[in-house]
Amino acid sequence: MANKISDETIEYVGILAKLKLSEEEKEAAKADMEKMLDYIDILNELDTSGVEPMSHVFPVNNVFREDVVTNGDGRESALANAPKRREDSFEVPRTIG
Amino acid sequence: MEILKLTALELSAKIKAGEIKVKDAVKAALDRIKEAEPAVNSFVTIDEAGAYRQAEIIQEEIDAGRMTGLLAGVPAAVKDNLCMDGILTTCSSRILSGFRPAYTAQAVENLQKAGVVILGKTNMDEFAMGSTTETSCYGPAKNPHNTGHVPGGSSGGSCAAVAAGECFGALGSDTGGSIRQPGSFCGVVGLKPTYGTVSRYGLIAYGSSLDQIGPVTRDVSDCAAFLEAIASHDPKDSTSVERPDYHFTGALVDDVKGLRIGIPKDYMGEGLDPEVRQAVMEAAAVLKKRGAAVEMADLGLVRYAIPAYYTIAAAEASSNLERFDGVKYGYRAEDYDGLHDMYKKTRSEGFGPEVKRRILLGSFVLSSGYYDAYYLKALRTKALIKKEFDKAFEKYDLLLGPTAPTVAPKLGESLGDPLKMYLGDIYTISVNLAGLPGMTVPVGKNREGLPIGMQLIGKPFDEKTLIRAAYTYECATEKQYEEVVLDINTAAKEAE
Repeated sequence: MANKISDETIEYVGILAKLKLSEEEKEAAKADMEKMLDYIDILNELDTSGVEPMSHVFPVNNVFREDVVTNGDGRESALANAPKRREDSFEVPRTIG
Repeated sequence: MEILKLTALELSAKIKAGEIKVKDAVKAALDRIKEAEPAVNSFVTIDEAGAYRQAEIIQEEIDAGRMTGLLAGVPAAVKDNLCMDGILTTCSSRILSGFRPAYTAQAVENLQKAGVVILGKTNMDEFAMGSTTETSCYGPAKNPHNTGHVPGGSSGGSCAAVAAGECFGALGSDTGGSIRQPGSFCGVVGLKPTYGTVSRYGLIAYGSSLDQIGPVTRDVSDCAAFLEAIASHDPKDSTSVERPDYHFTGALVDDVKGLRIGIPKDYMGEGLDPEVRQAVMEAAAVLKKRGAAVEMADLGLVRYAIPAYYTIAAAEASSNLERFDGVKYGYRAEDYDGLHDMYKKTRSEGFGPEVKRRILLGSFVLSSGYYDAYYLKALRTKALIKKEFDKAFEKYDLLLGPTAPTVAPKLGESLGDPLKMYLGDIYTISVNLAGLPGMTVPVGKNREGLPIGMQLIGKPFDEKTLIRAAYTYECATEKQYEEVVLDINTAAKEAE
């Protein structure tokens, strides 16, 4: 079965992935993805009906802990990494109207 | 005295006996790094001043008798996806340029507590996505055995650094074979622990359900000692498991009598290089001679591991890498029109082609309409693969096979056909899907002098059996750490 990725699909996936793709990159991504999906489709040879999807390999339960602060004030070292900062805030482009 | 020829355990013993000073060990390693780096490019950040500062403190602790551990005073390196407080940490990606974490990964902190000196950060495939260390934004690392070949990946820098004698051990991370495959290509020992054994706190995530940190070392004894140092139960990683026994060096026993070893038939068939096959079968014969019961074994569903893995890993990657948006750290695009355009431009300019490929695939398999058909199908396949291993381990104590189907490919031959590159992960990937421990041990070289690795796969939480079998093999073959002698001038010429 040959997969076909439409222009709309690659456009939509680009939005989900938050990636800006040039026309050239879009064509390459379509070809790449079609090839990968054709390959992934061999999983359809397997009968997985009645098999629970396994997200974690060992039988572990939810791990809870008290929400207590254990680290010190890391404000300055965190902000030091900001590509743009204004005083004690991360600076971003205008987000509301 | 030739410090560089010692293993980590030998070096630490001499340091504790007062025969070698920590700063001299650090100097020897740093000198070797300066000599070898133009040819191998295994480091991306070298913290020379920090290394000498650590050496001084550790020397004092040792002299005062407060630090007596197996690895006290040993210079080592860590992969560039492990956070270190104040030290540049980039995952070999432009998008993390300039990032200095405010905290240190638990595994690295454990090493530091054990008295290990961290020399710097090692080169890797961008965000650990790749099998050759060629997707690094710093340019590829090279294989010290032949610098015209790749070191493997994604922990190629860690493995090349250990092989080139630039450090006495290193940490890597393994999501689909990223410690074992480069370990095999570089002729060093590498171990991926059972999922949950080493805390992932401070490891920049790729595929969270698959990632584990593990050691890369010169021999099996060092491997056990490094694993012992880094493994811990950590409340900061909710997938961390509390194990009753962390005494991995206790498994350094030269005896495999009665051990049941299975060689999966599907690991020895089509696609396997004949020289790799021969070396692995000879290694199996060594263990048989030492009293293990070795036979060919059935392990089903081998061909389904790669498609299941790339679906799951890409899905998790697309989610994990959403955090790189140009707001809090790293790279931000110069010109943009509003917030969303900033996100998109930053990510498009900051990520390389292989990372984008996996983010796009992951976004697709998680999107509504495809989630069941791809993502859930892969998770169901994972359950079946785990069951196949459970069945095999009813009959065998461990599984043995090649680590990779080939020796290290030449530089520049792999990235053109990603799917073909992914197929090289065939023997390592299912181990991550099933959460099992896996180890690579050097078992010789091919005619061109490129190393070959044997992979040992164990039951969950049974690293000790892997270490015992690997140690027995090492004792039987009298294998010792051999320094790779790099011809720097020739390598530099080739690089031109």
